[in-house]
Formats: sequence, C-alpha cells, structure tokens
Amino acid sequence: MVDHLLHRFTLPNGLRVVLAPDRAAPVVGVSVHYDVGFRSEPEGRTGFAHLFEHLMFQGSESLEKLAHFRHIQSSGGTFNGSTHPDYTDYHILLPSAGLERALFLEADRMRAPRITEENLRNQVDVVKEEIRLNVLNRPYGGFPWITLPPVLYRTFANAHNGYGDFTDLEQATVEDCAAFFDTYYAPSNAVLTIAGDLDVDHARELVERHFGDVPARPTPVRPSFAEPAPTEERRGEHEDPHAPLPAFAAGYRLPDPHADLDAYLAHLVLSGVLADGDSSRLTQRLVHAEPLAIEVGCRCGLFTPLDARDPDTFLITVVHPQGVDQEILLAAIDEELERLAVEGPGEDEVTRVVARWAASLHREHDRLMSRTLQLGAFELLFGRAELAAELPERLGAVGPSDVAAAAKALRPESRAVLTVRPGSAANDDTDGGGQ
Amino acid sequence: MTGQNVESPRRRTAEEIGSTDRGPRPLPGLGTARFAEQPPRIDTMLPNGLRLVAVRQPTVPMVELRLRLPFAGTEREHAARAELLAATLLTGTTRRDRVAMDTDLAMVGADLGAGVDPERLSIAGNALASGLDEFLDVFADAVTGAAYRDHEVDRERDRLVERIGVARSQPGTIAREALQRRRFGDHPLARELPSTEAVRAVDADQVRALHDQLVRPSGGVLVMVGDLDLDAVADQVGERLAGWRPGPATGGLPEVPRIEGGDVLLVDRPGAVQSQIRLSGQAIPRHHPDYPALQLANLVFGGYFSSRLVENIREDKGYTYSAHSTFEFTGDTAGILCEADTASGVTAAALLEIRYELSRMAVAPIAEAEVTAARDYLIGLLLISTASQSGLAANLQNLATAGVSLDWLREHPERLRAVTVEQVSEAARRYLAPTNFTGVVVGDAAVLGEPLRALGDVVLP
Repeated sequence: MVDHLLHRFTLPNGLRVVLAPDRAAPVVGVSVHYDVGFRSEPEGRTGFAHLFEHLMFQGSESLEKLAHFRHIQSSGGTFNGSTHPDYTDYHILLPSAGLERALFLEADRMRAPRITEENLRNQVDVVKEEIRLNVLNRPYGGFPWITLPPVLYRTFANAHNGYGDFTDLEQATVEDCAAFFDTYYAPSNAVLTIAGDLDVDHARELVERHFGDVPARPTPVRPSFAEPAPTEERRGEHEDPHAPLPAFAAGYRLPDPHADLDAYLAHLVLSGVLADGDSSRLTQRLVHAEPLAIEVGCRCGLFTPLDARDPDTFLITVVHPQGVDQEILLAAIDEELERLAVEGPGEDEVTRVVARWAASLHREHDRLMSRTLQLGAFELLFGRAELAAELPERLGAVGPSDVAAAAKALRPESRAVLTVRPGSAANDDTDGGGQ
Repeated sequence: MTGQNVESPRRRTAEEIGSTDRGPRPLPGLGTARFAEQPPRIDTMLPNGLRLVAVRQPTVPMVELRLRLPFAGTEREHAARAELLAATLLTGTTRRDRVAMDTDLAMVGADLGAGVDPERLSIAGNALASGLDEFLDVFADAVTGAAYRDHEVDRERDRLVERIGVARSQPGTIAREALQRRRFGDHPLARELPSTEAVRAVDADQVRALHDQLVRPSGGVLVMVGDLDLDAVADQVGERLAGWRPGPATGGLPEVPRIEGGDVLLVDRPGAVQSQIRLSGQAIPRHHPDYPALQLANLVFGGYFSSRLVENIREDKGYTYSAHSTFEFTGDTAGILCEADTASGVTAAALLEIRYELSRMAVAPIAEAEVTAARDYLIGLLLISTASQSGLAANLQNLATAGVSLDWLREHPERLRAVTVEQVSEAARRYLAPTNFTGVVVGDAAVLGEPLRALGDVVLP
C-alpha cells in the first residue's frame, strides 16, 4: 500500500480532522462521518437516520435547496451520502481547485442546515421510491441486510430495518429532525477527512476558517449495542413475491473488531477460504462438485468488512434450485467448517486469500473517494485511520491456525438462519422475455 | 425523538438551527486549477493483429487488464452460444483445470472475468504488479487453450439457465428487454439475454467452434494500465500471446437500425408497486462534430443531478429516487436513453414531466449558466474518472473500441469550451425533441392503463 503520511488534529469545537496528502492527480476527496447510524434511531422512527441524511442535502443557511448539488457539480465534482449501522457519511470528490468550496459546503450544513416541512415531505417521497426500487419491487430486495438481523438479534437497535417502515417515515416531523441534528450532529461527534491533492498547512487553514466557528455542543454518549450471542440456533422465514429461487442466509457473530482485530481478520480470511473464487471450499463443493447451489457468498459485515462496531455479522448466503433441501446445504457448510476447525486451511490457501485481499485493498486505495471514506470510517469507528495502510500487513500475519479457530467458533447453535421462500409472482416472469 | 443521552439546556427549533447571528456567507471561489499530467503510453499493433494500449500509472502496485473482441453474430442461436462461452471460458484449459485457473490467479492476487454482449466479448481483470507474468500466463492460456470440458459446459449451462431466470425476475431486465425490442426489433442488439430454451440446446462442440471462429486477436483491443514497464510490456504480452493466431472471420455488428420516434409501449407487470420508464432517441457518436454540444444538452436535460429532469421529478415532485439520461454507444452510432423508476400512482405524471422537459429543451431557451455548469462538470469528471487505474483503463478501452483517438480525453475540455449556447440549443432541437423518442413503461397495467390512456401517445396492452 502506498504509505502517505497522515496528519490529524482536533478543532476547539471537538471536530476531528484527518489529512492524507497525495499529489499524484489534481483531485481531492472530502468526507464528513457523523457518529450516528441506523442503530441509534428510536423505536417508532425506523429509517430516520437515512431520511435525515437526505435532508442534509436540502439546503443550509447560506445555500438554497439544490445549491449543494449545483455548486459541487459545476466545480467538476461528484457527491453522495450513505447511512450505515454506526455512522452516516457525506462525501465530495472534485478537482483540487474546488477544495475550499467543498469545505464551505460541508461546514455550512454542519453549522446550520435548513430543515423545512416541504423538504421533509419531498424527501419522504424520494426515500419511499428508493425503498420500492431497492427492496419492494425486486427479487431478494433487502436480502439479507434487512431480513436476517431480526432473526439473529434481539434488541431493537440491532434487529430493526434501517431503511424504515413507510408508516414510521410518514410520521417523521420537523421537530424530530431538529432534535436529531442537535443531539447527533455536533462537531465533536464527527470526523472530517481530506485526501488527495492538498497542501497540509493550507488545508488546515481552510478547515479552521470554515469549521472553526461551528459552535460546540455536547457530544452524545454512545450507547453500547452489545447483546448476548445466540446459544441455540434461531430460524426465520421471509416470503419474497419476486424471487424465482429459494435462498438462505446463515448469520454468525463476529469478534469485536476494536477489541480483537486479529480475530476479526481471521474471519475475513475464513470468508475468502470458504467462498472467494472457484478454488474456495464452499464454491468448489456446493456450486461445482455436488452441485447443489447456484451461488454461494460469504462476507464479514452486513455490507462490507470493518464497517461497524460490535456486534457485527459473519454471513454465508446461498441461492439454490427448487427441490434442493436447505438442510443438506447447511449440513455441508457445517462439515466444511468442522474440517477447517480440525485440520485448518493449507498455507497456500491462506496465502492466496491474503493476496486477493491485498490486491482489493490496493484497488480501493487507488480510487480516491473509497480511500477518503475508508480513512474517515476507520478513524471514526476505531480511532485509527492508519488501519487503511496497515491492513495488508495485518492480514498477512493471519495463519492457518487463526483461521481454524475462527471456523471453530461458527457453530450451528450460535447462528441464525433466514430462509427466503419464493412467492407466486416470480414464476410468471421466468423466461417472459423473447429470444 | 427524545435523545435521552444528552443534557441539553433547551431544544432548538428547526428555524433556530437554520440561522446564525452572522447570517449567510458567500460561496468561496475556485482555486487555481492544476492540470493532470499525461501518463506515458504505448499504442501498438502486435504481429497477430491485436492492438495493445498500455499506460504506466503506478499509483498502486497493480495492473488492470481489459480485452475486448468483436463478437457479434447474426444466427438466432448466437446469443445463447456466446453467453455459454463467456460462462465457461475461464473454467479450464488443456494445461489447467477449473480449480488450477483460480488458484494460479489467486496466488498473484488476481481476478479475471468474462462477459459478452451482442457486440463484444470482454475479458477483464487485475493483478498485483509483481505477479504480472503469471497473470498474463493464465490470461493467454484461456484465450488460446480454453478446453470447454463437457462436464464444465454441462454444469455452467444449468447455472446459466437458473441465472437467466433470476435476471428475468428483475424489473430492470424486463424493461431493458422490452425497450430493446421496441427500438431495435429483430436486430441482434435486441438479444442481450438468450432464452433458456436456446441455452439448453447449446452443446460443448458448438461453444468450441464459436471460440475457434471468434476468439481471435484481429480487431481486438487489449488495454493495460498500472505499475508497468512500458519498455518491456509489448514484448512480454507478444510472447505470451504468440500462439494466438488471427482467424478468418470477425464478429462485426450488422448495421444498427435508426431509433425512430413513436408511441410508448405499456408492458404489463401485474402487481408491480413501481414502474420503469425507459425512453430512447437517436443520437450521434463521439467523433461527430455535434457531439460535444449534444453531450452538454443531454446533461442539462437529465445527464446529472443538477439537471432539469432530476430537479423536477425528484427534488420538486418526489416521483423518483433516480432519473437520468445517458448516451449508449453501439456499433458506429449512438442513442440517448432516459430512465426513471416511479411509484405506480405517479407514473403517468412522471412521463408527462419527462416529455415536458424534453419539449422545453427542444423549443425553449437554454441559459448560459446551465451550459457553463454542465461543461465544468464534464471537464472535472474527465479528471476524476481517469485518476484511478481502473477508471483510466475503462475510458481508454471505450475510446479504442469505438475507433476514437486516445488523445480525445486530453483534447475534450478544449472541444467543450468551444461550444456555444446556440450550438447546444441547436443540438437539443435536433435530437431531444420528444417526437424523436420511443420507449416503454413497465408496470401494473390495471393501475397505469387509464392515466396513460388519458396522457396519450401510449400503446396499451
């Protein structure tokens, strides 16, 4: 990994800042990570963190509605935001001549967003369209990130749907928004990251100029989302009217990435040994040798690895033909895990998985927006932006016995299994197209 | 919302949050633009007729590789054979079985995949730069020695049938297939996804024969970007691919029919909660003199977030999560495709607004500020999209396969700056008038039928 020196400082209002200069291309990435995600939203307000993310784009004291998008794009840049279990990020990628403008835009909405009834109702409609697009109107929508957690977890924070129920979204009020902003969007609850074509002294001066007078507010106390791991297998079912084939997800608990990163990384290697590429164990056996499945996937995290604090989920997903018994597939998974727990993977197997992870980390690093977001997320979640550069080496230190230990922890009695039952609508669509 | 964790003196209202004592502040100007340096590049024809484009951009110790070969066919069975070929191309060679292909790739951190469309076969991947030799060895092994063993072809055929079933349950795929038939009729472009019957009928011999016929270097372009030694790479690739011989035929695409404007076809998807609106009109390729003006006009209409269409049907009316309008380059021509997914209850209204915005582009003035914003966005995007190895490789591959000079990227900002507002208006008049567009709406006809009938210019089922 290209090792660019990181610079960090904290403003008097508590805003943490990470600078990662790299002048290879005249482009700069800016992100703000707020330490609040959908695990923090209260009962009766599912989907609120994500809805609020949309509202942060709707204007602020110095910026009319639509101005944010227009100023970034007419500066040659792109933008987005995303809501995760433990944080919400806002990001801008643009030619470096626009750096001050990007900082101005982020600072203005951190200081004084304009939240109006009209914009709230408009964005509730937009978010409902987003949910129809990504969940309600497609096969396997929300599988497994929405459908598995209520089976694996018991507390509202961990189990609920982060996209939200329509009734909850419709009941959101401007007062809710004001309280949410005041509570969670304090500068001391955020990390600002700037990576790419920047001069450290100049960037620091710009940060102080634009963010320095964002008033300090109390930092919210972050609750623990810890809950006990299952002690007996949990099962759940979801009927998917659009799905043409049955599928299931098996979810296990991961080690706390903050307290025991190496154990977490052993699970990351295990996920590759199980299902990354044609030479991986579950793919070879279930997709090609026996063959019982159409697709097998395995990953750490509901979305991507190292993207959430504890508790986090180790996932195995399988899509299989009608007529293949799910229990046979689960038994095969258990057998492979048992074999790995007893014999461990080969040295070569681990080397291969680690090489592929190193390559994918390099590629992520090469895309400046991904790099900026990774630095910000690691700083926010683990207090260690450096992790981005250290990961290849940390992964390289994982050995076969670590992977065996990880496999040993994945017991049937410690998991949840969510079964997707294909509904009736799907069968009409199959092969509905022409030649 | 209670926020019980924080001791706050008093809750502020939304109005209080939205203003400060100092009041609104002025937007800072832009700093001095730094221009990207052009990374060193070679562009050469290998003895077997393969064009090699290689760029040294060592931002990370990786190499991106992208091969595209002309791969069109006119026979009805072509799509099914081509799809099965792409699914089995990397499942073993005379020297390696399926697992060995993957283990050898993984040892050097590499991934390699194959895909096909009605026009081309693509093989793309990446590897740690330190493993380039091994990576090229596996890549060359596949293109020159893919074995298509019977059991691999049998297995992949079954999986492909299942995967096509899954794809056809996606509303996006249903809409895409309907649109392709609507605008291209029976042309091979309308066969992006074969029928499952056609796939079931393909045997391993047919796949091998297709490989022998069309997996040939002539007319192909290989793009490599990354931590490369440009003095050595042509020889290195040439040596690895020495056994890859030119073939007699090339898979050129039959002439692409013009997209003719016409009524929108309503395709019924009973019970759907959201509809897919897909409109398309004839456009022009990159080398056409009017292209920069039309590119800007399309952006102003619906090509980016700050466009009239997005500001209207998303940010004002909340009809959609995303609406956009893009160029699609096929053969030596191009189309414009405008897409939006909307709830059933507002689909007719959304179609009305799309037609309204197209009409407005065609007959009403376009502001200087709109053109300037679109131009500055595009110029910035060129910088951003070529800053990564994968982004640069994709850009170069698109230009090279379209037969456009690779300097196009460097020259394009100047071309955009030269475009006047009048030229943008003229391009919009010529290409964006709603009468130039045809298309489909996929959704629940029981809900959509009446309002679409009232709107007009829609063919109901």
